[in-house]
Amino acid sequence: MSGNSIRDTFFEECEELLEALVEGLSQMEESPGDTEVVNAVFRAVHSIKGGAGAFGLDELVNFAHTFETVMDKVRGNEIVVTGDLMALFHRSGDHLSDLVVAARDETVANQETEAGLIKELEGHLGPDHAEEEFSFDALTLDFDADSSAAIVIDDLEGSQAQDHEAERRFGIAFTPTRALYENGHEPLLLFDALAELGTLSVEMNMAQLPDFDAFDPAEPCISWTLDLLTQETETTLHEVFEFVEGLCVIDISVTEVPAHTQVEPADGELAPPAFDPPEETPMPDATSADSVPDPAQAEETASPGTGPAASVAGKEPRGPKATLRVDLDRVDRLINTVGELIINQAMISQRIEELDLPTVAHLTNELEAYKLLARDIQEGVMAIRAQPVKPLFQRMSRIVREASDATGKKARLVTVGDSTEVDKTVIERLADPLTHMVRNAVDHGLEKSEIRAAAGKDRMGTIRLSAAHRSGSVFIEIADDGAGLNRERILEKAIEKNLVPADAELSEPEIDNLLFLPGFSTAGTVSSLSGRGVGMDVVKNAVQALGGRVSIASQPGKGTTFTIILPLTLAVMDGFVISVSDQTMVIPISSILETIRPKPKDIHVIGTDSHVVSVRGSYVPIVDVAENLGLGKIRSDKEVGILLLVSTETQGLTALRVSAIHDQRQVVIKSLESNYAAIPGVSAATILGDGKIALILDPEELIKLAQPSASDQIAQHARMELRHA
Amino acid sequence: MPETEISRADSYFEFITFSTGGQSFCLEITQIREIRRWTPVTALPHTPDDVLGVMNLRGAVIPIFDLASRFGLGATPGNERNVVIVAAVGGTTIGLLVESVSEILSVAKSSIQETPDIKSEATRNSILGMISVGDTMVRVVNLDAVLDAGLGVAV
Amino acid sequence: MTRVLAIDDSRTIRNLLRVSLEGAGFEFHSACDGQEGVDVFPDVDPDVVITDINMPRMDGFGVIDTLRSGPNRTNVPILVLTTESSDDLKARARDAGATGWIVKPFDDTSLVSVLRRLTGHVN
Repeated sequence: MSGNSIRDTFFEECEELLEALVEGLSQMEESPGDTEVVNAVFRAVHSIKGGAGAFGLDELVNFAHTFETVMDKVRGNEIVVTGDLMALFHRSGDHLSDLVVAARDETVANQETEAGLIKELEGHLGPDHAEEEFSFDALTLDFDADSSAAIVIDDLEGSQAQDHEAERRFGIAFTPTRALYENGHEPLLLFDALAELGTLSVEMNMAQLPDFDAFDPAEPCISWTLDLLTQETETTLHEVFEFVEGLCVIDISVTEVPAHTQVEPADGELAPPAFDPPEETPMPDATSADSVPDPAQAEETASPGTGPAASVAGKEPRGPKATLRVDLDRVDRLINTVGELIINQAMISQRIEELDLPTVAHLTNELEAYKLLARDIQEGVMAIRAQPVKPLFQRMSRIVREASDATGKKARLVTVGDSTEVDKTVIERLADPLTHMVRNAVDHGLEKSEIRAAAGKDRMGTIRLSAAHRSGSVFIEIADDGAGLNRERILEKAIEKNLVPADAELSEPEIDNLLFLPGFSTAGTVSSLSGRGVGMDVVKNAVQALGGRVSIASQPGKGTTFTIILPLTLAVMDGFVISVSDQTMVIPISSILETIRPKPKDIHVIGTDSHVVSVRGSYVPIVDVAENLGLGKIRSDKEVGILLLVSTETQGLTALRVSAIHDQRQVVIKSLESNYAAIPGVSAATILGDGKIALILDPEELIKLAQPSASDQIAQHARMELRHA
Repeated sequence: MPETEISRADSYFEFITFSTGGQSFCLEITQIREIRRWTPVTALPHTPDDVLGVMNLRGAVIPIFDLASRFGLGATPGNERNVVIVAAVGGTTIGLLVESVSEILSVAKSSIQETPDIKSEATRNSILGMISVGDTMVRVVNLDAVLDAGLGVAV
Repeated sequence: MTRVLAIDDSRTIRNLLRVSLEGAGFEFHSACDGQEGVDVFPDVDPDVVITDINMPRMDGFGVIDTLRSGPNRTNVPILVLTTESSDDLKARARDAGATGWIVKPFDDTSLVSVLRRLTGHVN
């Protein structure tokens, strides 16, 4: 694995940790006092810090540290969480997220924001804070730690360094305790480490070996006397024993110095008279060499039932579900292959039918089972790509926060159905449109608090983001409880901008849909928030590119709701297999309200060339599909064909005329654009049972193509305006 | 044309030659994915005449162009011997209907001549150069130009 | 080959450990929290355990406690990975039964040298 891909993993993991952080913070608000939630938040920040440290991302480490320190105090019940502190945590989370992005893109996050946040966070740390800072400095020192030392102990003995080159002889008396073995140490390995420093001789003392009867295998009864000739300093020797300090009796003394200064040689006796704890090594009390821990005490710490494990074991495990990380390409290849399988299955079925065998009945049963199995596999594979909308929704809470800060309006975000699963691509491509709509909802949708209060509404506005599966589609709603659309103003604006003729008579939905025209903005002045050159037309295009549509509903005084309706998956679709002239095509079932077999008398001619059909008393325009695709027209009165009644957002009720309907089936969607280009009126293609390609029709576009209607002319007009701008 | 000894430093290119519309063309072999027998395609609406339609190539939908028609040599008459050359340009795979495939040609870079100044800019753009083989002249097809023109009309 | 079981909830740290240790000739196994660590311990049967402290489900102290107590107690060396270099934490780790500790961010050389010291592993 290359260094870069580890770095990539780190940023990927940061994304997940930031999501966990946001989720944790909102849970902290929902269930204050839940320590496990606080722990999760702490861990998220802590893990970001840990990883960032490994890559030397100091800015990230610094901020995460301050954040984590405050969170640690919350964890230890030293700080009470107030609404203000929660808000600070949210903002800190946002900034942490910015820092991650900055680190990834090698840019710099807003330092002013950072300074402000750090000051606020430190404000919660109290008078002990100076000490905290100090210990953190010690940690940063470790970043530059020299790589030869396993554990960094500040080398405070500059004077000894001068003697580095000369060899000295050390006498080491070493008596392990039971705890030393219990902690997983092996004396012989320590001796190996010493041997690497110079010439070592080892003598084992078995004087304490007890009588056989009293022999306890766990109780150590051997001690050692070592003799080491080395150029290293005493500090280095102590480093070898660092992990076992406190777990053994150890005495290190110089027995021979190069200047031949005679020092009383240690003679291998245990506990020599002149025991001298090494002052130059800053060891805490607990580890000083002259106190042997009470074995009984050691036993107690290690005894079952008292440690943290016991308290953990009693709890319901909260860990994440086991998951498998798979390269997305592999999933997509699998999806593609399964698509082929479905086609292949359809082909086999068709071929067998064509054979017209006399005893085909049980073969048909087997084929039916094959078909169901293939569908099961397909659904299973599709589910791999499906992801909950939760992370996407979570990101919106930041948008609401920032938008309400920027506008001075009070707003909260409520999310519903965030476990709803949607195709990964949909989630990715929905991020920008959703951000825009949520920002709009705060900026344009909600009223200022005073106005809300005057209207008898809660001063704080609510943005409600919901997701649900309904009849094979995904519904995503962005609703505000604001003033509703000001239709008068919208129309006025549209006329002002030459988007509609001054004398246009438009219905309420038509006025609402003006919002989707390119370059439309209702705000009196271009605000810093929404006036970023992205309009609702961009939102609409993004949603349509995903095979979905977006609609508006607005009630004066009560608010506005945008509904995005998306296909459940981008890879398969339920369709009618139809004939158009002599071509086989597919039309999405979801777009069809009903099918009509009209009698010739139901069809009426209007003008020279237009037809309408009367459906339960009202006249619906007929669009001839073949004609609009340039495939010739169904002219003869005898061949009235079949009418598919569709309702479109912009054109209302329309009847599409086709030659015949053959079948209803699920089809695998194949892009035309990947090798060719988009074709008006055609959304994609599919492969039928006989291996031939059938085009999938896009009713909405098809109808637009046929009859440039009022609102389409408006849109075209607007486009022209843009081109000339 | 004089026989020239090709120096070893000169790089060789391999081409597949084919004929369509009564002329000889070739494509560099690395651009060609496969050669298939002609099978009826699914017509696409609102496309120019030289876009015959789309075909199923192992699950992928690829457009088929009539190369002769594209070069203004008239539509290729239906014939069982017609073949489709499947070629790749960048990330795009397309099929070219031609009358027949002839041979593999190995030529040195130096023997590819520049396209002479001809009137039609479109034709000039779609021919990268020319190679003399005996008495015939083989035109090196510029796939990018074919594709660009193909998309330009539809978009 | 010396087997290492690394327990850390950070994928990044697990990756870094894997690269460092596999490069140094260790057989590398990992678990993403304390509970998983003690669950897989018998199967992996490592020569040395490296554990993080702050983890979901079971923290590093829980790991040490579980491995050092009960009927299946083991004297396998346990190395604690910590971002804190405080003596207090080291003392706590030692009292709990840790064999040693290493401060994050660690560098390859020091990590390998510590592991070698605890296990006698040579390349």
